[in-house]
Amino acid sequence: MLYVAQAEPAPSQGVRPGTLPAGERLLELNGIGKSFGAVRALDGMDLAIGVGEVVGLMGDNGAGKSTLTKVIAGNFPPSQGEIRLEGALVTFDRPAAARDAGIEVMYQDLAIAENLTAAANVFLGRELHRSFGPLRLLDHRAMNRRAAELFRELKSETRAEDTVREMSGGQRQAVAIARTRLAKSKLVLMDEPTAAISVRQVAEVLELIRRLRDSGTSVMLISHRMPDVFSVCDRVVVMRRGRKVADKLIAASSPEEVTGLITGAIAAA
Amino acid sequence: MSVLFKAAPPETDPGFENIRRTVWHRRGFLGSQTAYVTLAFIIITLLVATLAGNFTTTNNLLNISRNFSYIALISLGMTVVIITGGIDLSVGAVTALTAVCTMVLMRWVTDSPLAAVPWAALVVPIAAGLALSAFVGWVNGMMVARVGLSPFVTTLGMLSICRGLTYVITQGRGQPPSGPYVAEFLSVTNGNVGGLPASVVYMLVCAMVLGFTLRHTSWGRHLFAIGGNEQAAVRTGVRVTRVKISAYMLCSLSAGLTGILLAGWLGSAPANLANGYELRVIAASVIGGANLAGGVGGPVGAVIGSALIEVIRNGLVLGRVDAYWQDALIGLIIILAVLVDRLRTRQR
Ligand SMILES: Nc1ncnc2c1ncn2[C@@H]1O[C@H](COP(=O)(O)OP(=O)(O)OP(=O)(O)O)[C@@H](O)[C@H]1O
Ligand SMILES: [Mg+2]
Repeated sequence: MLYVAQAEPAPSQGVRPGTLPAGERLLELNGIGKSFGAVRALDGMDLAIGVGEVVGLMGDNGAGKSTLTKVIAGNFPPSQGEIRLEGALVTFDRPAAARDAGIEVMYQDLAIAENLTAAANVFLGRELHRSFGPLRLLDHRAMNRRAAELFRELKSETRAEDTVREMSGGQRQAVAIARTRLAKSKLVLMDEPTAAISVRQVAEVLELIRRLRDSGTSVMLISHRMPDVFSVCDRVVVMRRGRKVADKLIAASSPEEVTGLITGAIAAA
Repeated sequence: MSVLFKAAPPETDPGFENIRRTVWHRRGFLGSQTAYVTLAFIIITLLVATLAGNFTTTNNLLNISRNFSYIALISLGMTVVIITGGIDLSVGAVTALTAVCTMVLMRWVTDSPLAAVPWAALVVPIAAGLALSAFVGWVNGMMVARVGLSPFVTTLGMLSICRGLTYVITQGRGQPPSGPYVAEFLSVTNGNVGGLPASVVYMLVCAMVLGFTLRHTSWGRHLFAIGGNEQAAVRTGVRVTRVKISAYMLCSLSAGLTGILLAGWLGSAPANLANGYELRVIAASVIGGANLAGGVGGPVGAVIGSALIEVIRNGLVLGRVDAYWQDALIGLIIILAVLVDRLRTRQR
């Protein structure tokens, strides 16, 4: 276990981030705040994710979970606070920068272009090429083959060369998940990957998360489904109105407690 | 189960059969509006050919193809912009401005020390004209992609600026080509290549290059991605701003090239050159299957759309139908084309 349980949170600081030994911290957020005009979507968020750790992020609608994902992924800069990756201060001015640093994201809205094929979507922004002299042309065949392979791995009946427009919610989700598997990454952020899929596919996604963890990739899983979080996560973080109200080891918590924290019945833990 | 599919499984066959591959006639090109319009084009052409006796004369066919090649060339550029979900209303004005500036520059260079350099009096004005049109496109693209203005308003403003400048420069007078290379200018812009008018050759080459680029390069794919879901393109690391600017530049460049070709054909660049072309170009693109909502379109559609309009126009002329009917009929075709597409996609 990478996580070193802390005996007592320091009283003056309220909820503290998990205290991981510095060498095993992959991502560290310190005092992240984000405002959209009058809306304070994130407020003083501290969070640390260890190498190979699976962290569940829960919270009511509008708690700020997706906003946090987008800040980490470089969609927009935080209004306050700092982000450290492997100890080094980072600022991602565009999503590609975060991706190049090893952070893969599956967005809640999936970020899919419906008019393109599944394979084209999987490889969007990092197409495979073949060179003919000075020409760099798309390698359609290689991309289709690799995408089909990923869909098979995810046990999703998704055809790589079909247009996404005609696809079901679950197939679209598979496209978005397949994207996070293209490169060996350090951290995968998944914003509700199990929201629109079948029981069988949920099991597949959870299995994928375990495989990622075993290969040393950290995962942040956002989900409204208690069983998902409790079956794959090492730790659960609960947010309410842009603030962190709990950061606990799964073993030291319970679905009842987390439910209470989400709704506000329990103020903090 | 489709026999066709069983016989030749693609190598990416995922090994499940409950989700069948889309049937062949609804997939790819055959499933697009462009295919339907191509069919309509063939039928209408045959119809006109049988009704109007002198339609199929070589002369008339060459005339038709030259007439629509100018609109088609600009439609190719317009299609690129439309694929990204934008629009460019300034193309007609850019066509005129480029043509006029190129003519004026031909005169200036001829009278300048530069004229001593062989070919300079021909190459410099043309290159400068094309660069000017690309610059106008760059301004459009910056305003739309970086500043975030609406494409409609930006390019409407640019239309007015360019047309205004054209009148300022010419004071309303036509500008003929001049200098020692007039003959060369005319043969480059209005000559014959293997019996085909030069403008038709330019159009065919541009259409083929564009078709290949759209399908086989990242740039082409990113254009479609931006039109399909710009936000998704941003998040997946597509250089959206750059790609959009390049689209507007290409569109303006196609208008500029057309302006120079038109100046050669007409033997002069009048200030009102290509007046109202923007609407004909957009009509041609849309009839050919480009979707103003973005994400759909191609060079075949742009060319067929332009050709269809010209064949109908020509047919009406040969049939001695009142010229005023032409515009009404073309309007009808525009609506019909999108209507058919709407009905067809709804039934899926
Ligand atoms: N681009 C934006 N502009 C303005 N307000 C925003 C924007 N994005 C998010 N918000 C606001 O920030 C708050 C947090 O939103 P966020 O999407 O992060 O919630 P969430 O926890 O992901 O909710 P859900 O469970 O519904 O996905 C909400 O009040 C939302 O309205
Ligand atoms: Mg969310």
